[in-house]
Amino acid sequence: MMKVRLLDIAHGRSGDKGDAANIGIIAYDENGYQIIKKYLTAEKVKNHFEGICFGKVERFELPNIRALNFLLHNTLGGGGTVSLKLDAQGKTLAAALLRLEFEIES
Amino acid sequence: MKDKIRIASGQGFWGDLIDAPIQQVTKGEIDYLVMDYLAEVTMSILQKQFNRNPKLGYARDLPELMKKILPICKEKGIKIITNGGGVNPVCCADAIIEIAVEQGIKNLDVAIVLGDNIKNHIEDIIKSGCELNNLESGESIRNYKERLLSANVYFGAAPIVEALHKGADIVITGRTTDTGLTLAPMVFEFGWDFENYDLMATGTIAGHILECGGQASGGNFLGSWQSVQNLAEIGFPIAEAFPNGDIIITKHEGTGGKVSFDTIAEQLLYEIGDPAEYITPDCVADFTSVQLEDLGNDRVRVFGIKGKPATEFYKVSASYSSGYSAVGSLTYSWPQALTKAKAASEILRKRLENLKLDFDEIKAEYVGYNSCHGPLSNKLDEEQLNEVTLRFAVRTSDYSAVERFGKEIAPLILTGPPSVTGFAGGRPRPSEVIAFWPALIPKSYVKPEVRILELK
Repeated sequence: MMKVRLLDIAHGRSGDKGDAANIGIIAYDENGYQIIKKYLTAEKVKNHFEGICFGKVERFELPNIRALNFLLHNTLGGGGTVSLKLDAQGKTLAAALLRLEFEIES
Repeated sequence: MKDKIRIASGQGFWGDLIDAPIQQVTKGEIDYLVMDYLAEVTMSILQKQFNRNPKLGYARDLPELMKKILPICKEKGIKIITNGGGVNPVCCADAIIEIAVEQGIKNLDVAIVLGDNIKNHIEDIIKSGCELNNLESGESIRNYKERLLSANVYFGAAPIVEALHKGADIVITGRTTDTGLTLAPMVFEFGWDFENYDLMATGTIAGHILECGGQASGGNFLGSWQSVQNLAEIGFPIAEAFPNGDIIITKHEGTGGKVSFDTIAEQLLYEIGDPAEYITPDCVADFTSVQLEDLGNDRVRVFGIKGKPATEFYKVSASYSSGYSAVGSLTYSWPQALTKAKAASEILRKRLENLKLDFDEIKAEYVGYNSCHGPLSNKLDEEQLNEVTLRFAVRTSDYSAVERFGKEIAPLILTGPPSVTGFAGGRPRPSEVIAFWPALIPKSYVKPEVRILELK
């Protein structure tokens, strides 16, 4: 087993869709995509955002650009204009996901 | 038919770089300048401005901008397409024509697209059986109609195409989709069939890439962001479109920023849900079909895009008044900056409690410590923290409670933890909370109207 930090193999962008946040994660290369496709599950993302995401997490695959898109429901405190959060539109959540570390088979 | 057109993005939102459109029309050749001014919240702000003054309700930067770019656009034959008409495209067009007259410009056709604003028809729409149920909660709009601030249908490319066929040099719309602004000139110039869904999806995805301005050309780029050169003079993105549906995203030579596989990939993922089902009034675009080829020199080819027929509905975005909120902040310095900020937050909560003020939500965040990433933030040794800003926010329907909260922050300076500063902005004032109501409406309920104003 070996430890991988998402920051080292991917980048991304996040934004708001109502009270849900979307986080797009793009692997820097095909090998990285195979890793995130296999290990970066909706469940891992949901656990990572414990205390931030209070709804379900949906995951979508975009192999064409080596990317995954996550929809994190009930995450922004009521949506961009209602939310009291400093990051009301989830703009920093892509960076927050890049903190994730996980074990992969070497 | 032209063998290629160049469509330049000039604004990503109302408040974007004011000079970006000027750069786009002067730093190289383009055929179209598209400017997206509208976000959901922008519509309600514009509606409020319109309610106060029926001559307003559009992006007021536009006439000022036209002073600078109209003579150039006229000379070079650049057409301008923008949704900056907001809730009042008519007065927006009038203001632009006034500027054109001042500039001595003749033979200018300004088109306006109307019909998206359904705020005054809500009652009739409900009566005829469409209750504009909230897409998220399923609730009927009936109980909210008294508090509605705005209600607009998202039109697509079709009315803009109609305006271009009628000879428009400038097209001013209300709530048109950001993507429709870019798709329209492709349909018009290349005679694309509205039922060729792959081509509709191609123009839509090109529009999605352009709609946030510099966010596609190196701005807000989380990849190797430090490798992006000269963001101070960032070039906004340009879509070179070809009749067969090939698109090349680029920017003017000599400008800052970066167009690469990575910058375009990030923008493709911005604010999307299911990538296979990106729904617009023009088509359902499939982002999983998009192929990107980095050609080097800030050129990325976008191709292979698949689309499906549009749905039978337009999306409606309504906004309604939902109480008040206020945010105050105070900064605490070393030593024990975080402990002091947390103590201040507790003291403030206790005082608000003692005053028996009732809030729907109270939120304390510690800027410089955990305000962005919450529980994911690194656990820092507090001795290492030089300063922490307590950001304290409240929300409720009771205006007076929010107002009173504003008066309870400053006293913490003399009656709370020490080494505190950062209270120069005065008392936090209550601001109205605007909530959104997403819904669908059958396309048969609304009809876009295109009107041409001619300046001879």
